[in-house]
Amino acid sequence: MMVAAAGLDTDELGRIARRVRARIVENSHRTGTPHLGSCLSCVDILVAAYFHTLRLDPAEPHAPGRDRFILSKGHGAPALFQVLALRGFYPVEWLERYGEDGSMFAEHPPTPHDLAGIEAATGSLGHGLPLGLGMALAGRIQGASYRVYAVLSDGECNEGSVWEAALMAAARRVETLAVVIDYNKWQATGRSEEVMAIQPLAEKWRAFGWSTYETDGHDLPSLVRLLSNVPDGSGKPVAIVAHTVKGRGVSFMEDDNNWHYRIPSAAEVERAKQELGVEA
Amino acid sequence: MRNAFAEEITRLGAKDPRVVLLSGDIGNKLFDRFRERAPDRFFNCGVAEANMMGVAAGMALSGLRPVVYTITPFTTTRCYEQIRVDACYHRAPVVIVGTGAGLSYAELGPTHHSCEDLAILRVLPEMTVLAPCDAVELRLALRAAISHPGPVYMRIGKKGEPVVHQREPEFAIGRAITMRAGETLCLISTGNMMPVVLEVAGALAAHGISPRVESFHTVKPLDQERLQEIFAIYRLVATVEEHGRAGGLGGSVAEWLAEHGPFPARLMTFGTSDTFLHEMGSQDYARRRFGLDAESIAQRLLPALGAP
Repeated sequence: MMVAAAGLDTDELGRIARRVRARIVENSHRTGTPHLGSCLSCVDILVAAYFHTLRLDPAEPHAPGRDRFILSKGHGAPALFQVLALRGFYPVEWLERYGEDGSMFAEHPPTPHDLAGIEAATGSLGHGLPLGLGMALAGRIQGASYRVYAVLSDGECNEGSVWEAALMAAARRVETLAVVIDYNKWQATGRSEEVMAIQPLAEKWRAFGWSTYETDGHDLPSLVRLLSNVPDGSGKPVAIVAHTVKGRGVSFMEDDNNWHYRIPSAAEVERAKQELGVEA
Repeated sequence: MRNAFAEEITRLGAKDPRVVLLSGDIGNKLFDRFRERAPDRFFNCGVAEANMMGVAAGMALSGLRPVVYTITPFTTTRCYEQIRVDACYHRAPVVIVGTGAGLSYAELGPTHHSCEDLAILRVLPEMTVLAPCDAVELRLALRAAISHPGPVYMRIGKKGEPVVHQREPEFAIGRAITMRAGETLCLISTGNMMPVVLEVAGALAAHGISPRVESFHTVKPLDQERLQEIFAIYRLVATVEEHGRAGGLGGSVAEWLAEHGPFPARLMTFGTSDTFLHEMGSQDYARRRFGLDAESIAQRLLPALGAP
């Protein structure tokens, strides 16, 4: 059974993205949850996927034919939790328990058994793409046409398992699999190019046999176009290298790696919300 | 055992469309029949075991029953985190098969030995650990593993091991199989050491000693009921495994013993010692170096029984 995508227009997606950003910043202050910079850099990718492209029904989170979305950069979970709630996988009020002992909401996604909407418990980097490849191959074996998207960070591309999966996906021509790189040019403790010579990143994916695109990772119309174009007709897996800005949307956080771990003050939350023009 | 595995997985794969076989670039020709019957469900995943384990978990989370196969260290220590996170944490029903149990590939050197796998796999939450003793137990274990709802690790030997079960015994995960009745002591064996253990039993019988022999094909969960019974009866219980004495079958039984009892029985554990084997040689040579041949085991048991 093919489930419909939400397919919202890009103006509406922009409003949702601003609201998600404000909620992430507020939640970080309230609960002391870090990785703000990493969360803000992938918000537009998540919103474009969940509110436009992914064919899924939040009321049936385990429907066999659903598109799969794996946030392989698991430390972006605070963004994913907000998006899943707003998309209707669970009530937004559940997030009031964020950070409480015994809640499902902390720093990384729990397993699919624990929370509706989650496809993989990530957090240790380099796991999401192999898992996604297995899901895509399972779809092929079962004659299903669902697509699998994995969002990776540029730092995560340090992991060898990412490139193992890239090789196998190309060998098997798994055209229903897409990787989106949230390429914000930082990893936890330094510039990703200085730590591990990540450039030229798009060329690497192309050389590994993937149909590769580059885009501004905050350009919603472009993200929507690329995400919806999977499979893209090339017979190859699709790589979308999304150039992003860490901390995007809040001027004093943008491209400042201190916000990998820093928690905003109440005054900073107010400033952020003003800039985003949302009440959260 | 390897050929029995190939035959049985081919049979299971033909019967159950959920069964997928993933191999880490080994088993040249071994799986030709599986490939003929189910070409879309065989994957040579190349020399990339971390990815192979993640792929298997992704398949399991999508309703399939993947079986991952390669040489033991590469399907365990090489991709341990993928087993822990992708298979165990997700409760993904992946069957992980390690061929070349213990010292089976002695000639290939310690890179290919596996005397730690039972220990490191059994400490993972959700994991079941199996070590069948021959081709007959292997077939039964594989059938049980594929219908098990969580991840299973199974260590198997190489090819040409003797068959010890004359007919199919009743098999259930976690239920030991009595191979020989006896009154004086109990020998508990796991995996491919069974032929040696039966030889030990024969040698002891020649001394007028009556040994019982148990096949603990399941290292986790331990058959606690059977242990309770054995330790209440015998004065000496010995575990035998082609695996380090730390953490494997002997280690598991010792942990169990420390929390139960007191019992009159003394526990002796036979396994490899805390060292790599730096000299090359055959499996028989390697076993002798670790005192795991029938003669060495019998010679250590006799004085413990008060025999001359």
